[in-house]
Amino acid sequence: MSAKIAAIPMIATAGVVFVGGTAWTVLYSFTSSKLLPKEKFVGLAQYDRLWSSSKWLISIENLAIYGAFSLVFAMVIGFLLAALLDQKIRFEDTFRTVFLYPFALSFIVTGLAWQWILNPDFGVQHVVRSMGFESFTFDPLYNPDIVIYGVLIAGLWHETGLIMCLMLAGLRGIDEDIWKASRVDGIPVWKTYLFIVIPMMRGIFITALVLIASGIIKVYDLIVAQTGGGPGISSEVPAKYVYDAMFLSQNLGQGFAASTMMLLSVVIVVVPWAYLEFGGKSRRV
Amino acid sequence: MSKTVSLRDQSLVFESPDAGTPDTTLRRAGASRKQGRVVEGPCGAKPTKSLSRRNIILYGTLIVCALYYLLPLYVMLVTSLKGMPEIRLGNIFAPPMEVTFQPWVKAWSEACTGLNCEGLSRGFWNSVKILIPSVVLSIAIASVNGYALANWRFRGAELFFTILIVGAFIPYQVMIYPIVIMLREVGLYGSLTGLVLVHSVFGMPILTLLFRNYFASVPEELFKAARVDGAGFWAIYFRIMLPMSLPIFVVAIILQVTGIWNDFLFGVIYTKPDLYPMTVQLNNIVNSTQGVKEYNVNMAATILTGLVPLTVYFISGKLFVRGIAAGAVKG
Repeated sequence: MSAKIAAIPMIATAGVVFVGGTAWTVLYSFTSSKLLPKEKFVGLAQYDRLWSSSKWLISIENLAIYGAFSLVFAMVIGFLLAALLDQKIRFEDTFRTVFLYPFALSFIVTGLAWQWILNPDFGVQHVVRSMGFESFTFDPLYNPDIVIYGVLIAGLWHETGLIMCLMLAGLRGIDEDIWKASRVDGIPVWKTYLFIVIPMMRGIFITALVLIASGIIKVYDLIVAQTGGGPGISSEVPAKYVYDAMFLSQNLGQGFAASTMMLLSVVIVVVPWAYLEFGGKSRRV
Repeated sequence: MSKTVSLRDQSLVFESPDAGTPDTTLRRAGASRKQGRVVEGPCGAKPTKSLSRRNIILYGTLIVCALYYLLPLYVMLVTSLKGMPEIRLGNIFAPPMEVTFQPWVKAWSEACTGLNCEGLSRGFWNSVKILIPSVVLSIAIASVNGYALANWRFRGAELFFTILIVGAFIPYQVMIYPIVIMLREVGLYGSLTGLVLVHSVFGMPILTLLFRNYFASVPEELFKAARVDGAGFWAIYFRIMLPMSLPIFVVAIILQVTGIWNDFLFGVIYTKPDLYPMTVQLNNIVNSTQGVKEYNVNMAATILTGLVPLTVYFISGKLFVRGIAAGAVKG
């Protein structure tokens, strides 16, 4: 009995906030809510407007570019760093601490630090130019075509340490005998990694994938701090679109529709994974 | 080419036995005894010099990577210690010629956001006022949840737990506005209390999972013995489970302190300007369009904001890794 009372906060959170809140937002995305939510249903009109808004289309494109590169690079760099650290080196703890510390910092701090380093008048571009390379240009945050890659640099700096830690845990879980066997057979180290170790770490890779993917869709603070969505609207992302629509331009319906689209994309990514992972797990419990 | 390969092989053979964990070393010793010490053991290969080509490449790469990761912290620190004239003339990577702590003082107590010029200190104290109750409340709720789920399985528990875990993947944006309405209805919108509640709600999935898994690993006999002795739900929680679970509480505290301190989105939505947490105020100071940009003050402010999670990180060390690993691998 007291167990049920004790679980009331959890039941309220799960039922009211998570299920109720999500359902409410999806429902109201079909209304013409502006400053305040109202029950005037207009079908898919908000979605029509959403998909014809250039700001939203740019947001989606940026998210796709950022997401794809961030997934690939975080995985590759994270794995390479983990493999380097797994060579029974000295000072392993020091190196791991250095690679992971950005993850402890907030996205605001990360974004502002890289905004400063990438500042064309003072940062990397200025330094290289003053070394004599007058025509050197590296101003990602001021060039609409490549601004998202400037954000990517900061994003990768922030998250690769975490992926490295996951991968390192995975590498440590590989039986020493595998390495012995492949050494006896004379298989080169890189081939052992590529064809034996990585396939064995499938679970870790999937976890890392889901982790990065669910982080990508939430990316918001980093953009706000580093570029503010600019120059112009060239570095907008969906999460920022939602915030702007709801709290700056008093256009709730657009915010609801945009956030529902975000939810939909998460469902597409997470449901197959949850089916594979938790489908087996819940049966065991 | 063949030389590198053989060098690498030797160093592997030589290095692995003494650097391996006790567990693998033991197994290895057993295996070599069985095989009559033919294949294994450091019997033939010469000890490799520490400056082998493999080591130079390995440590070289690692050091270059480490420098890259340290670069932003270094640049921030160096910039924050320079005067503005030096910044305009110089190179952001150069150490300061004249060290000044003026930017730090200014960032802490004079920097402006809009009309307010109290500096970051206000944001710092706001963050502290948000942090402490949020950490206490979220961990209290989640540990009881985890305990109830692990030891007192009641009907529907698994269902709500599953919803909770699935909810951890739902983008916050979907739930932001309904929460605004709920908080407005009870008169907490724009207050610190409201933000504390929001943090407790969104911290719940991961923390509940953490505690549930931990309590599930406590031997069940202990729980049964206490039941036989007549202890109830709360008695078992406070007198048996709590004293046993200090490590997991530390992990949860680390997770929450860094997470809540670094939050920006909830702070900006659920509080009003004079209650903004440090991250929000920092962003407003640095990205404000008015006035001359004082990069040294901005960087000092940025480091000040990052100082709390960095301190937690460097002190906690392996526990931090354990926290995120627990959160990540099982979440």
